[in-house]
Amino acid sequence: MLPEIPQDLYYLLSAVLFTVGAIGVITRRNAIVIFMCIELMLNAVNLSFVTSGNFLNSLDGTIFVIFIMAVAAAEAAVGLAIFVLIFRLKGTVHVDDFNLLKG
Amino acid sequence: MIGIGIGFKWFIFVAMALMATGSSLMMVTRKNPIHSALWLIVTFFSVAVLYVTLNATFIAVAQVMVYAGAIMMLVLFVIMLIHLEWGAQMGAKKSFAKVIGAIITLILFLQILGGVYTYSNAGQHGIYSAQKLAEMGNTRAVGTLLYGKYAFAFEVASILLLVGIVGAVLLARKRKE
Repeated sequence: MLPEIPQDLYYLLSAVLFTVGAIGVITRRNAIVIFMCIELMLNAVNLSFVTSGNFLNSLDGTIFVIFIMAVAAAEAAVGLAIFVLIFRLKGTVHVDDFNLLKG
Repeated sequence: MIGIGIGFKWFIFVAMALMATGSSLMMVTRKNPIHSALWLIVTFFSVAVLYVTLNATFIAVAQVMVYAGAIMMLVLFVIMLIHLEWGAQMGAKKSFAKVIGAIITLILFLQILGGVYTYSNAGQHGIYSAQKLAEMGNTRAVGTLLYGKYAFAFEVASILLLVGIVGAVLLARKRKE
């Protein structure tokens, strides 16, 4: 008979996903891909919130995740609008090409 | 997830964990941003299935609708709107900085790993056990908390979304010359 799935494995998976996202943020140079990697990191954090909530018989982790999702949605709307604006201005979304605050 | 055999639960967990890891790695390594976005959607789906194994069915559905549906659709639209010169930008340029960055990130991973294997489970236990959630309904329990104890935070989140919408429209409109 197998035991119940331990909490540690979920945290481990969350750590792996977070690291993959962080590596993506550091190594990729395309602003939209970096944005997607940040979404992946947020998802890894969400997974660990839900895991803690489940193993403590609490719903607070779930509530946290709902607010993180709301923030991520607002961030996506504003961030992608900024990318469109930068593309109109510079003709690229390659982050190494943005080194001036003044357009 | 009550009433499902433990072996099946393990099978689902292992399959979805491997799928999430593999597709996130594919997401990071693909050159074409559209391929990256599609792999990220696969990752979101497998994490949604993991939420179901954690008795968080409401979050699982919200994950599919908000992340895989709304946010990734927005990302795909923007990628198609600004046709990226993806062929040139990653042309086998293995710079020193990238290797250093990856090593630093692996150190970060080891730190998180140390945290995972040394933490003590010291939280206070709540009243929403899996049994109770199954009786009461997950969505109903979440809604009761969201409109009761966390009503103020909920209203603030809705104002944040409104500000986000207005900001996005204001930023992306065409300016009159």
